[in-house]
Amino acid sequence: MKRVYVNEQWCLGCHLCEYYCAFANSGMKYMATALKGKPIYPRIHIEGDEKITFAVSCRHCTDPICVKSCIAGAISKIDGVVRMDQNKCVGCLTCVLVCPYGALSPNEKGVMQKCELCLMNSFGAPACVKGCPNRAIVYEERGDA
Amino acid sequence: MKRYVIIGNGVAAVGCIEGIRKIDADGTITVISEEKYAAYCRPLISYYLENKTDLKRMGYRSEDFYQNMKCDVLYGRKAIRIDHNGKKIILDDGSALAYDAVCVATGSAPFVPPFEGLETVEKKFSFMTLDDMFALEASVDQNTNVLIAGAGLIGLKCAEGLRDRVAGITVFDIADRVLSSILDTECAAVMQKHLEENGIRFMLGDTVSRFEKTRAYMKSGKTVDFDVLVLAVGVRANTALVKDIGGEVNRGIIVNNRMETSIPGIYAAGDCTEGEDISCAEKRVLAIMPNAYIQGHTAGVNMAGGSEVFDKAIPMNSIGFFGLHAMTAGSYYREDQGGECHEEKTDGRLKRFYTRDGYLTGFILIGDTERAGIYTSLIREKTPLETVDFNLLKKIATSAAFMPEVRRKKFGGAV
Ligand SMILES: Cc1cc2nc3c(=O)[nH]c(=O)nc-3n(C[C@H](O)[C@H](O)[C@H](O)COP(=O)(O)OP(=O)(O)OC[C@H]3O[C@@H](n4cnc5c(N)ncnc54)[C@H](O)[C@@H]3O)c2cc1C
Repeated sequence: MKRVYVNEQWCLGCHLCEYYCAFANSGMKYMATALKGKPIYPRIHIEGDEKITFAVSCRHCTDPICVKSCIAGAISKIDGVVRMDQNKCVGCLTCVLVCPYGALSPNEKGVMQKCELCLMNSFGAPACVKGCPNRAIVYEERGDA
Repeated sequence: MKRYVIIGNGVAAVGCIEGIRKIDADGTITVISEEKYAAYCRPLISYYLENKTDLKRMGYRSEDFYQNMKCDVLYGRKAIRIDHNGKKIILDDGSALAYDAVCVATGSAPFVPPFEGLETVEKKFSFMTLDDMFALEASVDQNTNVLIAGAGLIGLKCAEGLRDRVAGITVFDIADRVLSSILDTECAAVMQKHLEENGIRFMLGDTVSRFEKTRAYMKSGKTVDFDVLVLAVGVRANTALVKDIGGEVNRGIIVNNRMETSIPGIYAAGDCTEGEDISCAEKRVLAIMPNAYIQGHTAGVNMAGGSEVFDKAIPMNSIGFFGLHAMTAGSYYREDQGGECHEEKTDGRLKRFYTRDGYLTGFILIGDTERAGIYTSLIREKTPLETVDFNLLKKIATSAAFMPEVRRKKFGGAV
């Protein structure tokens, strides 16, 4: 299955992926109206220090512990994609407590959100990949389980 | 065709069903469900009181779940005995169900201490099931004063759920702090202050010596008048079915990491069990939802002839009250037990890490819970702290603290 991967040697730490992500999931037509002057709540984020930076988003694990741990039955894995049912989520943060990658975070209303590979929004393919100026983020198949 | 029976219909049962079906598409599965509901999200009963969810959304799985999984559910039925020699389950209506493998997923029941005069209290409730919650909901209004016995997770979640529906809430506990099983003294004080600011009153280190209808006479000499009493002092694992036939039982039904009990053909999962807590290498009842699901799944796979072990169980809780979140995991060793506590404090946020022999054994986070799963994985995976930048981790949960090759493995391929 195709997943999003980041090559940390090429990641500039420019945070553009975060903006593309927030835009892609905003449901809006123009990036400026979607993001200008607002705090953003992206589903991918940059971590790192002066030496190294890298983008983190959901790994869509083979055996996702978030799915098994959600107390609201809101997380499921459908066709390889780990998905969040925001209508069921109560914002208890148990998924944050168990995800070893730090890939889940709440939106502005405290409801959890996560990378769903832009398969559910109008982009249809990961916007972070498209927006990465250094092509550090890729969407590809890498030896699957 | 194999015949599977599951006793109980909570999250552990759902895990078990999904585990069985991963291996065996054809065997028959019968679920015995004392409660008359499809598996629901038990922890959400307090969110229901807050109008943050509703019955439909509280379903743990979709409405066609049992149908898709080809399961028979006997609602409103109770298993009263396991005949392990005859390999059948005796139900409360006298009927018997033959099995090849059975999973006991009976959960726990509220423990009610023998308070003097409790029988004189007319309106008293537990807070464990949907029906408990509905009964409680129906007996409170804006004029009701509620007394809650127990400042643990269930009692306090109940307080949060009721706050906007009632006139006042007082919580008492014999322990001298709130959430005493998961928070240390300092962290409990932070949470208690926050709860008090949100209108919950406490009487800690105190208990009732006698009830008289709507009045509680406390050990301390104080008295409390109330309209409704909620009993949330603790829970006890439902172990009788296995205990009665000589299976190994302590506080919970003893299981190994395949979820086998001491009796062949009988598995157990969820709140009714006692399995290994790897953060302290001891057997413990870990009455938490993730554990229930994973144990159930493990049992199911093994019942169906597959092979799965669950050897990473630790206590862990993510719990918020009125907007302040706390997360806890693992075991906290004191100094005289060889433990060390590392603290990071910034305005209103508190992180405490407990280490021993070069490993993280537990933590408590209040306020700053971002990416906490990175910490949890250090306990679960028993990562030697010398292989990570622990000083960085204490300040911020980040994968930057791992060595590059470890990080590349975590993020560079399918996991
Ligand atoms: C208010 C509240 C808040 C909670 N919050 C959290 C939280 O935030 N995070 C967390 O991880 N956990 C939380 N929990 C704990 C969590 O709900 C449990 O760990 C989990 O539900 C256990 O699932 P289980 O399937 O083992 O047992 P249960 O959900 O208890 O299901 C067992 C079922 O078996 C039935 N049964 C028992 N005996 C028989 C019999 N002989 N025959 C037929 N049926 C039988 C019972 O009626 C019950 O329906 C909370 C619990 C409560 C009550």
